[in-house]
Amino acid sequence: MGQQVAMTGNIAVANAMRQINPDVCAAYPITPSTEIMQQFSNFVADGDVKTVLVPAESEHSAMSACIGAAAAGGRVMTATSSQGMALMWEMLYIAAGNRLPIVLAMSNRALSAPLNIHGDTSDAMGARDSGWIQFFSENAQEAYDNLIQAIRIAEHMDVRLPAMVGMDGFIISHSIESMTLLDDQAVQDFIGDCITHMPLLDVDNPKTFGPLDLQDYYIEHKRQEYEAMKNAKGVIVEVAKEFTELSGREYGLFEAYALDDAEIAIVALNSAAGTIKTVIDELRSTGVRAGLLKPRVFRPFPAEEIAEALSHVKAVCVMDRADGVNGTGGPLFPEFRSALYDAPKRPLIINRIFGLGGRDLGLHHVRDVYGELQKIAGTGKIETLAGYITVRN
Amino acid sequence: MSRLKSWKEVPMAAVIEDAGNAETYETGGWRTFKPVLDKEKCIHCLTCWISCPDTAIVVKDEKMIGFNFKHCKGCGVCADVCPKKVTAITMEQEGK
Ligand code: SF4
Ligand code: SF4
Repeated sequence: MGQQVAMTGNIAVANAMRQINPDVCAAYPITPSTEIMQQFSNFVADGDVKTVLVPAESEHSAMSACIGAAAAGGRVMTATSSQGMALMWEMLYIAAGNRLPIVLAMSNRALSAPLNIHGDTSDAMGARDSGWIQFFSENAQEAYDNLIQAIRIAEHMDVRLPAMVGMDGFIISHSIESMTLLDDQAVQDFIGDCITHMPLLDVDNPKTFGPLDLQDYYIEHKRQEYEAMKNAKGVIVEVAKEFTELSGREYGLFEAYALDDAEIAIVALNSAAGTIKTVIDELRSTGVRAGLLKPRVFRPFPAEEIAEALSHVKAVCVMDRADGVNGTGGPLFPEFRSALYDAPKRPLIINRIFGLGGRDLGLHHVRDVYGELQKIAGTGKIETLAGYITVRN
Repeated sequence: MSRLKSWKEVPMAAVIEDAGNAETYETGGWRTFKPVLDKEKCIHCLTCWISCPDTAIVVKDEKMIGFNFKHCKGCGVCADVCPKKVTAITMEQEGK
């Protein structure tokens, strides 16, 4: 089943949107995600989808329109990057708090300043506490697959949370790769009809969205959101299983590559994982037990599963393609280190910030990281806990 | 006041499912002063009715007949707008 094609990440995502055929898309163009909506508007113009396309005057407005359309009961999608994500920030929380299953495609790009249009995950990391489910994709195939699954997960009655699906800007969004598209009908059958909950357009049952919620009830609603995010973990795994039946491609909360017997391991999101896998294959052929944990979701954060997967490793490097600028490492680092705190056995863990603003991560950089991990595993000593690599010193 | 609901009981996302339920939310308890009507003096000009910010003036057959104390906040606007020659409404301290 399916069709082998050569596509950029953006075009693959636009095709997923075509096959999903959402009721409403409201968006504003921004590099490097512009191509997604550009291609999708062609599908709208050609009558390939029945989507109402709302070209908004900003990303804040685009997300606001998405919120209105989702509250009305529609299946709603959008796309953005970088400053666009930052401008949506206020509305991201409104979407999540109102429990609206909007799905956003994100070509990850560095945040200004200095102005840069290339790939890193600082845009997504700025939204990590907004209540959105966050997927990350190594390549075009994963971005496409994640987007389709995100619809099911977001709309699930135990979840009802918006979801964003990231891939590295330019590195994936603009590179042509070979991948497989599912049949249009297979995608429709997989996602099913939009599952609505208390839609505003059910005019026989008028209701109010977004009322004032003060000291007596706000915390109860946030507690519900917390539960929904916890539920998302199980639903993500459930939907992934069904997706495997359809596509033959396996997904979970993260990908463990050569991790089972690994002595040293790297944690990294998105396309960096591809580079790291190449180095792992090389090291494994020389007897070095190197592995990789590639998170597929960062929200929900699967702490227990991560602890289980990493606790046998001697030394781990968490690699962040974003800096939270707290002076002690990138945003993934404290969460991964904290996940292992309760493990009966835990690895020594370091953090390396790399590739900001699209700076290349070369095979030699990854070899150096594994080299350092081997040293740490051997001596039991960490020299530099957190720092930058791929930077000129 | 009814028992407050747990996080498992409240509607998702604080959506209000029964439209217009503000009517059942009694806010009269916020009052420190309450309006008192002298029926003899009232000329039923309905200036108080059009001015009350809480639509708490009760009118029947185009006659001002009293106050809805479930919602009246005791702001005193009605007493202030009642024509000076009439002064059919006076404000009294609650609980007296
Ligand atoms: S005191 Fe205020 S709220 Fe009460 S009836 Fe008069 S105007 Fe209305
Ligand atoms: S404003 Fe005074 S006179 Fe006019 S209806 Fe109200 S109470 Fe009566």
